[in-house]
Amino acid sequence: MLTVSGLKRLHIRVSFDLQDGECVVLQGPSGVGKTLLLRSIADLDPNEGAVKLDGRLRETMPAPAWRKQVTYLAAEPGWWSDTVQKHFTTWDDALPLVKCLRLPDSCGSWPIQRLSTGERQRLALVRALVLQSRVLLLDEPTSALDAASVAAVESVIAERVAEGASVIWSTHDDAQARRVGSRILRMNTGGGIEECRS
Amino acid sequence: MPVVTYIPLAYGDLVLPALLVVMDAALSLVLQLKLEKQLVVATIRMVVQLVLVGYVLTFLFAAVSPLWTALAAFVMVLFASREIVARQKRRLPGVWSYGLGAGCTLLAAGTVTMFALLTQLRPEPWYHPRYALPLLGMILGNTMTGISLGLDVLITGLVRERAAIEACLALGGTRYQAVLPVVRDALRSGFTPIMNSMAAIGLVSLPGMMTGQILAGVEPVDAAKYQLLIMFLIAGGTGLGTLAAVLGGAHLLTDQRHRLRLDRISTGEPA
Repeated sequence: MLTVSGLKRLHIRVSFDLQDGECVVLQGPSGVGKTLLLRSIADLDPNEGAVKLDGRLRETMPAPAWRKQVTYLAAEPGWWSDTVQKHFTTWDDALPLVKCLRLPDSCGSWPIQRLSTGERQRLALVRALVLQSRVLLLDEPTSALDAASVAAVESVIAERVAEGASVIWSTHDDAQARRVGSRILRMNTGGGIEECRS
Repeated sequence: MPVVTYIPLAYGDLVLPALLVVMDAALSLVLQLKLEKQLVVATIRMVVQLVLVGYVLTFLFAAVSPLWTALAAFVMVLFASREIVARQKRRLPGVWSYGLGAGCTLLAAGTVTMFALLTQLRPEPWYHPRYALPLLGMILGNTMTGISLGLDVLITGLVRERAAIEACLALGGTRYQAVLPVVRDALRSGFTPIMNSMAAIGLVSLPGMMTGQILAGVEPVDAAKYQLLIMFLIAGGTGLGTLAAVLGGAHLLTDQRHRLRLDRISTGEPA
């Protein structure tokens, strides 16, 4: 279970719990701080508050170990190497997911520039999924995808949730929010969140 | 030992060559380049600075005092670090904007100069300003170039590659893994000028020190040997200084919790 209590970052003041095997949707107008909140939970920006995984404070472990369990996926993924497979420890482990997300098998050797925006978004998701993290913080993970790919992503994530992973999913798509989330956390301009059951 | 002969100049001998600068100024006026004012200021600065340095060195050579020599060296390092800061578009936070450049220049140029004085040249005493200061000056100038280039590429690269670095961090990479590609680029840029000048030396350019020694009557082959010593020292100093500055900069712009801290960069005037 992920426990967020009294998390403070700029104007954001947030507390909530996230059960194992639960997918919560994060909504709110653009610029309200959804990305800031997700980044703060992953400890990518300096922030205050107690964030725990199964009762264990994140400060008690090295930040890389925390992020391997509580993994943030940016809306616009970054690439530090020139070809696709250099971003994976073992490309073969990624292949089943690559197929599931309707990406070509051969894309491992492709240069990053050859990928479309949608392909990049899905590959970044694969890159995060191979870590088998306990908590996934997904920042608009389907914003650049066509309907078929959106469905593929939703079913892959649903599978992970069924296996016990927790997910916070930020989206502007209300229909998607109702499809994937068991709860909806709505962020307001004051930096707080209120919960509405879907 | 061959008799060292050179042709001394009187101040009066400089009047005629100085007319060439006047010619430049006239050109600027005629062609409306608007460089006259800058040219006059630069010329006056050059004359004053060089003559002053001449007198200061004369004093230092007569004194041969470790204290005065150290003070002169310190002033040189200060000017070098000011130059490093001036060349950065984006700067490190607070005292580090000067501190890192000054520290690394001092460390690298100082170490290499001492090394040369103690093992190769061995003047009596070893801190004799006649050897220590020109040596330090030459190494300082080049180390400074390496450090400022390296830091500039590092900071620009961290800003540009932010998405890639944070992607690596978010997937559980350490800060060292995440910034490594940018650090490599920065080190490469820092090392490049000295390698280029080593490759071109003697063919395209005759280095200033060697020219000076030849004008002063030293045998060209002996002057070449001296120049080689200097170049090896410069290469060592640049490598050491650039490495320390780039690694230090990367360390300052990330934190203990392995975050990229671009918020620590200031773009305004240094504090």
